[in-house]
Amino acid sequence: MTGNAYLQMGLYFCVLMLLAKPLGVYMARVYEGRSSGLNRALGPVERLFYRICGINPDEEMSWKKYAGAVLLFSAAGFLFLYLLQRLQGMLPLNPQKFAGVPPDLAFNTAVSFITNTNWQSYGGETTLSYLTQMAGLGVQNFVSAASGMAVLVALIRGITRHSSETIGNYWVDLTRSTLYILIPLSLVYSLLLVSQGVVQTFSGYKTVQLAQTITYDKPKLDDKGSPVKDEKGNPVTEKAEMKEQVIPLGPAASQIAIKQLGTNGGGFFNANAAHPLENPTALSNFLEVLAILLIPAALCITFGRMVGDIRQGWALLSAMTIVLVTLMVLCTWSEQGGSPRFASFGVDQSANDLQPGGNMEGKEARFGIVNSAIWATATTAASNGSVNSMHDSYSPLGGLYPLLLIQLGEVIFGGVGSGLYGMLVMAIITVFLAGLMVGRTPEYLGKKIEMFEMKMAALVILIVNALVKVGTALGVATAAGVAGVANPGPHGFTEILYAFSSAANNNGSAFAGLSANTVFYNTALGIAMFIGRFWVIIPVLAIAGSLAKKKQVPASLGTLPTHTPLFIALLIGVILIVGALSFLPAWALGPLAEQVTAAR
Amino acid sequence: MSSKSKKRSLFDPAIIQKALKDSLAKLNPAHQIRNPVMFVVEAGSALTTLLFFHAVLTGKGEASPSFILQISLWLWITVLFANFAESMAEGRGKAQADSLRKTRREVLAKRLARPKPDAEVTKTASSQLKKGDIVLVEAGDVIPMDGEVVEGVATVNESAVTGESAPVIRESGGDRSAVTGGTTVLSDWLVVRITSNPGETFLDRMISMVEGAKRQKTPNEIALDILLAGMTIIFLLVCVTLLPYSFFSVKAAGQGTPVTITVLVALLVCLIPTTIGGLLSAIGIAGMDRMIQANVIALSGRAVEAAGDVDVLLLDKTGTITLGNRQATEFIPAQGVQVDALADAAQLASLADETPEGRSIVVLAKEKYGLRARDIHTMGATFVPFTAQTRMSGVDLDGREIRKGAADSVEQYVKKQGGTFPPEIRAIVDDIAKRGATPLVVTDKARVLGVIRLNDIVKGGIKERFAEMRRMGIKTIMITGDNPLTAAAVAAEAGVDDFLAEATPEAKLKLIREYQQGGRLVAMTGDGTNDAPALAQADVAVAMNTGTQAAKEAGNLVDLDSNPTKLIQIVEIGKQLLMTRGTLTTFSIANDVAKYFAILPAAFLSIYPALGALNIMGLKTPESAVLSAVIFNALIIIFLVPLALRGVKYRPLGASVILRNNALIYGVGGLIVPFIGIKLVDMLIAALHLV
Repeated sequence: MTGNAYLQMGLYFCVLMLLAKPLGVYMARVYEGRSSGLNRALGPVERLFYRICGINPDEEMSWKKYAGAVLLFSAAGFLFLYLLQRLQGMLPLNPQKFAGVPPDLAFNTAVSFITNTNWQSYGGETTLSYLTQMAGLGVQNFVSAASGMAVLVALIRGITRHSSETIGNYWVDLTRSTLYILIPLSLVYSLLLVSQGVVQTFSGYKTVQLAQTITYDKPKLDDKGSPVKDEKGNPVTEKAEMKEQVIPLGPAASQIAIKQLGTNGGGFFNANAAHPLENPTALSNFLEVLAILLIPAALCITFGRMVGDIRQGWALLSAMTIVLVTLMVLCTWSEQGGSPRFASFGVDQSANDLQPGGNMEGKEARFGIVNSAIWATATTAASNGSVNSMHDSYSPLGGLYPLLLIQLGEVIFGGVGSGLYGMLVMAIITVFLAGLMVGRTPEYLGKKIEMFEMKMAALVILIVNALVKVGTALGVATAAGVAGVANPGPHGFTEILYAFSSAANNNGSAFAGLSANTVFYNTALGIAMFIGRFWVIIPVLAIAGSLAKKKQVPASLGTLPTHTPLFIALLIGVILIVGALSFLPAWALGPLAEQVTAAR
Repeated sequence: MSSKSKKRSLFDPAIIQKALKDSLAKLNPAHQIRNPVMFVVEAGSALTTLLFFHAVLTGKGEASPSFILQISLWLWITVLFANFAESMAEGRGKAQADSLRKTRREVLAKRLARPKPDAEVTKTASSQLKKGDIVLVEAGDVIPMDGEVVEGVATVNESAVTGESAPVIRESGGDRSAVTGGTTVLSDWLVVRITSNPGETFLDRMISMVEGAKRQKTPNEIALDILLAGMTIIFLLVCVTLLPYSFFSVKAAGQGTPVTITVLVALLVCLIPTTIGGLLSAIGIAGMDRMIQANVIALSGRAVEAAGDVDVLLLDKTGTITLGNRQATEFIPAQGVQVDALADAAQLASLADETPEGRSIVVLAKEKYGLRARDIHTMGATFVPFTAQTRMSGVDLDGREIRKGAADSVEQYVKKQGGTFPPEIRAIVDDIAKRGATPLVVTDKARVLGVIRLNDIVKGGIKERFAEMRRMGIKTIMITGDNPLTAAAVAAEAGVDDFLAEATPEAKLKLIREYQQGGRLVAMTGDGTNDAPALAQADVAVAMNTGTQAAKEAGNLVDLDSNPTKLIQIVEIGKQLLMTRGTLTTFSIANDVAKYFAILPAAFLSIYPALGALNIMGLKTPESAVLSAVIFNALIIIFLVPLALRGVKYRPLGASVILRNNALIYGVGGLIVPFIGIKLVDMLIAALHLV
């Protein structure tokens, strides 16, 4: 690793932690209903909103009612988003005159955005009207993130309350998350991005003459949109020539701010943050990658504040940071190491003043290896899924680390809200195991962890895990699944594995080689995203409800402290066992096979 | 630990023999289904057996028949080992139950028509007795059933149940009225009202608990079961989906053969937590067994587990914290009596008194007043021993009748002799009692000489025990009828965290409720009927076997030794039970890493030969690699049986220290051990040319 790499990563985490603390404290005040500084400005708006919607903000909900509200709200969001896509041809703000989106793609995209996955089967600039982007995707970017934060807050209430039947009011949590946190932050961020040159306009796409005519090899597609392959399995290409270029525009900055902050990741443009109009400068790159982890990191502080022991929040944040830093370093190291194949040809792959060295395939020359690796690991640690480089082109091991971060269950920072509630489920399992090891019925933050909590926690890890495995099996066993694979060999396997891992864990990033815009993948991944989101939320809320009902157990010397380095180490161990252990065989047939074969 | 435990050797040949036979019977799938992990192993064994026959019969098996057979055999052995562990644990309980059962023999009871000793007697077999029947039990008779003494006082030998040979007094009314079926009356007679129907006696309940017939899974065990079942399903999915993955990979790589079902089953069995799954029920049963060895009968498995969680311990002062026997500290003469005269009389009355109180009086007389011990027999004195009726002891010497005893008994005695009980003595007695000490009044016929003051003596070593409890995170509270002043003094000396003085049954109950409201788990010991409500309220309630039937019914643990400090040992056993489960779970899961390194390269070698790089143990052939992982997986169960039965050692250190130690031993150890073990098995296989 180069000195520059350490410097970049050091700077990234320093700024992240510095910002996480005040933001976390602020969010705790918002959720506890205390004065947060914006009350005077936003309070009337909030109250007006409740009046219009007929919400009684003081009404408390049981966990079942809360879960019902989450599902109802998401169902409504799905229906609206689906219809908006189907009907966009007839609706305004469609300067490119895009037709309605096909049903399978509309289904996939709608599920993708209500679940905060933001998997993109569509290409934004070639499929969606400005209205769909703003009123559909843009709105869900906010509320799906807010929904995750609401569920987290409900779980925290479950931990802090005792002998209580209720865990808060979903509508209030949803409104407050959006109004006090996501909207103000996005506003600031949009302006910062615009200052860097990110576009924000309603005007149509611009056509410009190229200074130089370009000829290139274009992959040949069949009528279904899948790449045509020759008998060796390599894609067939044809020569093409280009004299002018259409530059897509649109109200991008506002969308990009929230897609980064709300761990959404669905880019305004298909190339996502590798696109120069979505991520033009070094500063915009830093701001955007910072935004990926900002709220998930700050929520740990919020958690510590709300449970009345800030160390608990720092402990979880430390566990997340340790895992991420390790994998980030490994990923950078792996990419800077370059390819063993090139090495066998005697190619110099070391970094020096004249070349970045290492594996630059699929990376923007503007960002280089380090900033690409930081982004790749941060975006997969958090369930963001935006990319500024193509993960498909990473070295086998370099690509394994982002895959691993996804398969850990999106608990290393994870999605806004969803990452931390997933992490808390891991903490519950850790506490259970640790409690057994010290000979005491386990308790976490004064709440006894018993049969019901374990049942729900087991469901959480089981469902997502099963989705990835069964989905991948379907992908490799069916003709429709295999058809989407662009690369032969173990890499093709990794592409399918990555797609289902990303969808089931609501990440949304893609190993680009897979042609996923087919009826099979749109449907299968859509279902995976749906189950991966809501069949986790329901058990999590059930845990919240069950914990809220319990009595608070005062800590004694026999109580296992859950803020110590020992606990953090154990928590990381459990996360690795739950997330990584069961995927080892799959890696052996994917990235590991590719790596050891290439190294020969 | 002061209790005498009946140690049973871990490897009693008789138990092992029986366990071996039971292990085969337990192959019945109907039994295995209760344990999802082992059920999966059994299903895998059956599947590989079928594959073996398929390979032999068609000659077109997926692998060589000998390889499939060996895998299959070792999978069956894995199931048998787990069954064996369970049978061993059960066998130890059954042996205990058998010895209990011997005491429950058929006797002819003397059934009475009415509750009077002189009533008409019908001889009835004990099994024919019903609740409410009245029986007469005389010296030499065996008490036919559990009951309550209605009339009479007698000494009873309860060694059949408690193992304690010293006889105990049973009498009507008060806290010593309960008798247990199967015990023998040594002297006098008792009229007993039968309090239970046949098959429901205390002994019957003990037997069924010990045998595990009524053993239900405890909540914590179920929670762990859920986690283990969850992991089993995950690994089942890993192996099932590996089949299509490998088909795809064969096509993608253009070489090799897909992974065989035999190897997949082997991988599955190695990955699912068989170590803990196979030992789980053995651990639970062994926990109960350890209680029995400590002479404690758990009337519910839940109580054993809850014992490990106890936060607050309520302990009676007398007998638990202080020696039940108080010691003489002062002679207070009556008006007109020289203190030396009192000391002399007190010494004479106590010379032949072998009770600790009596001896302490002799010691005090010698140390403080220089009175040498004398031999009362050479002096021609007759010793009058303590009886349940008189409640006094003393000597008759040269026409003197010196007696010492509780103020009430002495007062009666004095009045019977025609004397009066001086009011100033009454005042002294009250004062001593108020200060928490015990007064003994000494009298010579009708002339009251004075009062001996007996003080509480805190048990040696008890302070260290309480410090230990504090390190375990358990708060100790002393319960006493003393006034707060005395209570505070004793509490400070004993080093308890808190005390409840002038405790009434209501106050005890209230205290327990308060702690429970605060989310704490309360344990207490008790023996009296007035303890019953508090016992019923406490989470862990240890009733003394010498206690009343009401107390025993209210408790969920019965201490046969009637040793109140036993609670500490019970807490340790409870913690041990949980710890054994936790550490073996950790060990079991940590083992998976090494097994992956053994099986994965072997399974995929034909598809991606380069994956041989993952064979870091350098196992000989793919077949030997898979086989050694399976063999190791089976052997580790049998190696850990002693640990499961004995339990992980508990030391009263802080939670963090225990966790660190166990995580290092069983977590990190669990990572490393199988690498070595599998390599060794592989070397052995290669040496024997098994595959």
